[in-house]
Amino acid sequence: MSLFKTLAEKPWETKGVVGGLRPEGVFDSPNEKVTLNFFLVIASVVFSLFTVSYFIRMELPDWQPLSEPGQLWLNTGLLVLSSVFFQWARNIVSSGKQKNLTTAFVGGGVFAILFIAGQLMTWESLQGQGYYLTSNPANAFYYLLTGLHAVHLLGGLWVWSKSSMRLFAGAEAKDLKLSIELCTLYWHFLLIVWLALFAVLANT
Amino acid sequence: MAYVPLADQDKEMEMHHPHSWVEKYVFSQDHKVIAIQYGSIAVFTGIVGLALSILFRLQLGFPESVDFIDPNFYYQAVTMHGMIMVVYFLTALFLGGFGNYMIPLMCGARDMVFPFLNMLSVWTFLISIIILMASFFVGGGPTGAGWTLYPPQTAMEGTPGHDMGIILMLISLAVFIVATTMGGLNYAVTVLQYRCRGLTMMRLPLTVWGIFVATILALFAFPALLVAAIMMLFDTLLGTSFFMPAVIEAGTPLDHNGGSPILYQHLFWFFGHPEVYIVALPAFGLVSDVLSTHARKNIFGYRMMVWAIVAIGGLSFIVWAHHMYVSGMHPYFGFFFATTTLIIAVPTAMKVYNWVLTLWEGDIRLNAPMYFAIGFVFTFIHGGLTGLFLGNVVIDLPLSDTYFVIAHFHMVMGVSPILVLFAAIYHWFPLMSGKMYNETLAKWHFWLTFLGAYAIYLPMHYLGFLGVPRRYYVLGETDFIPASAQDLNASITIAAIFVAAAQILFFINIIWTLKNGKKAEKNPWGSASLEWQAPDLPPKHGNWGEDLPTVYRWAYDYSVPGAHQDFIPQNTPESEEPTVDEEHFDPDTDESKADV
Repeated sequence: MSLFKTLAEKPWETKGVVGGLRPEGVFDSPNEKVTLNFFLVIASVVFSLFTVSYFIRMELPDWQPLSEPGQLWLNTGLLVLSSVFFQWARNIVSSGKQKNLTTAFVGGGVFAILFIAGQLMTWESLQGQGYYLTSNPANAFYYLLTGLHAVHLLGGLWVWSKSSMRLFAGAEAKDLKLSIELCTLYWHFLLIVWLALFAVLANT
Repeated sequence: MAYVPLADQDKEMEMHHPHSWVEKYVFSQDHKVIAIQYGSIAVFTGIVGLALSILFRLQLGFPESVDFIDPNFYYQAVTMHGMIMVVYFLTALFLGGFGNYMIPLMCGARDMVFPFLNMLSVWTFLISIIILMASFFVGGGPTGAGWTLYPPQTAMEGTPGHDMGIILMLISLAVFIVATTMGGLNYAVTVLQYRCRGLTMMRLPLTVWGIFVATILALFAFPALLVAAIMMLFDTLLGTSFFMPAVIEAGTPLDHNGGSPILYQHLFWFFGHPEVYIVALPAFGLVSDVLSTHARKNIFGYRMMVWAIVAIGGLSFIVWAHHMYVSGMHPYFGFFFATTTLIIAVPTAMKVYNWVLTLWEGDIRLNAPMYFAIGFVFTFIHGGLTGLFLGNVVIDLPLSDTYFVIAHFHMVMGVSPILVLFAAIYHWFPLMSGKMYNETLAKWHFWLTFLGAYAIYLPMHYLGFLGVPRRYYVLGETDFIPASAQDLNASITIAAIFVAAAQILFFINIIWTLKNGKKAEKNPWGSASLEWQAPDLPPKHGNWGEDLPTVYRWAYDYSVPGAHQDFIPQNTPESEEPTVDEEHFDPDTDESKADV
């Protein structure tokens, strides 16, 4: 859809049915996918605003950067694997096959659960080292940003668990195609968000 | 479940037809019922907000006579009035109420894209209201920090509701944002994906354009409030210092240290300014359609009106710091925001010119919706012009935090949108209820509200010039404020009570009409837009009967030369267009056939 072309139309001049069977400008995607894309933009705004707040707060004199645990690299690897498995599942349903679908789709979710468990371990490790939530804004931001990211993953896992149950109940690949595509898109998005957050946390 | 085929979609839309009274009126998935639920909850909350305003006006007008209003309650009333009116009343009524009712009907759709999500949205909204109202009943009462909830005072001992009140307010806002996001996703995707055959974006009525762009703004602006609310909840509940600086409270240092209250202000106003347009843009759209229909003329400069809505929407994200000139910003920063603020006045002024030019030489029908719509043009010009003063840094500094600011924003985003709400409710009431309201009562309602609103807000500008500060419980002895200012305050309070009482006429009219009103004829205003062309009045679940409509023209074919009636509905093909001289109609030139 060309925004400028649309806005340049002169509707008072044209009469009759235009646009064939559907009006011009409709996205050629399922409504669920259009809605998820909108949601991803909203989630991006939320994470961006937290990041901007992080940079502004960082400038104030009481900021003491915390040393991020090395385990974050391992956790990042788990989330990458999670995304890879979801992409694998997506490729399987796109080609109309069924083989290995359960392994790929369920595996993707399991790696995400392991990622969240890993994140909780970093929390515990930081607490053990005396990096408490209230002792410094850098700590507070660490817990807040990682927590918020994990909450988004948990939301995705809720949808994933519903689709997994359908898969175990014998649902066919074509019936789960949209669900798996949306999960994959969401997981890739959360991987990108995590990589950006990790880059910010590790370099400041 | 029954399946109703959609002509313009590849797949069938699942319609959830109700099987019981509860499914039809309580847990309904019909966008029209949800709209009325949204509207009723918002209006109830608005009445609470209105009642609070009368209470604090009594204190301001007659400080010696109202012993039951102490300073704490005064601040709580002012705070809750502001937040209720801006967020829980106006936003909810325009988007949740009119957005829900109008979008599917004006788009020729059977319902929203996700009816279940829509139902979830209204119930989540109700939960946010329950949480908000609960703050009146907890220890310490609701927050009295001012509707902007600036830290650190929100969490300070001296501020009423600094413990539970502010927490409930923040949680309520977060829940409201979840509700708005669920609703907003539905509105935006329905406009983009669910328009019927032939209905291009540029054939949409301006009502849909206004609500659509306001929805996009809401989806992208409310996250800033969510981020601010989450961080403030952390500060209040868990003891972090995102916003809370080092503070000494009654001689005791608090645990917070080094936070930035200015950061909160930036986040709040990054939401707060687009919020003005989240309220204003739907009002712009609705009033455009009311003016055009009752002037029997196409809206002047339709494309420019759409462009202006889009431009205002975009610009609204880069003007937020004009609310913060007194926070001590860099002069260049202030210069930038003053410039963008003045630029946003250009598309806004274009809209005003176009409304006036729509009326110019129109066949104006002065009925109640038109009264309110023309009244809006007046109040919006007045409120808009004072905005030009406040948008400039050097003029804003002395006027900041005075009654001039109160007068400005009440005229521009209080009175003006509310006049549009009444215009829209009277205009679409026959569609929503199938009954015709009492015209005389509605006109009385208009005059009392319109003149009363001026009696309230015009003198407030003078109080502002005198330097009377806002948010003061009593004025006391102040050298630069003459004693006569108090007389003006008393007259404002009397006018406010008068205007509040006048709203009873509106409710009497609505309730009486619903019970005893005469049946409205189909399309009583002779409107060309699609919502009036539904086969039933009011439209039934699924809106369009067996077949979805097909659109052949834009929504503003009024007084078309050669046509035998002064409007041509959007779903009338050219071949069926009633003309004065039907003998000369040539079917070979019928474009609709060629295009199909």
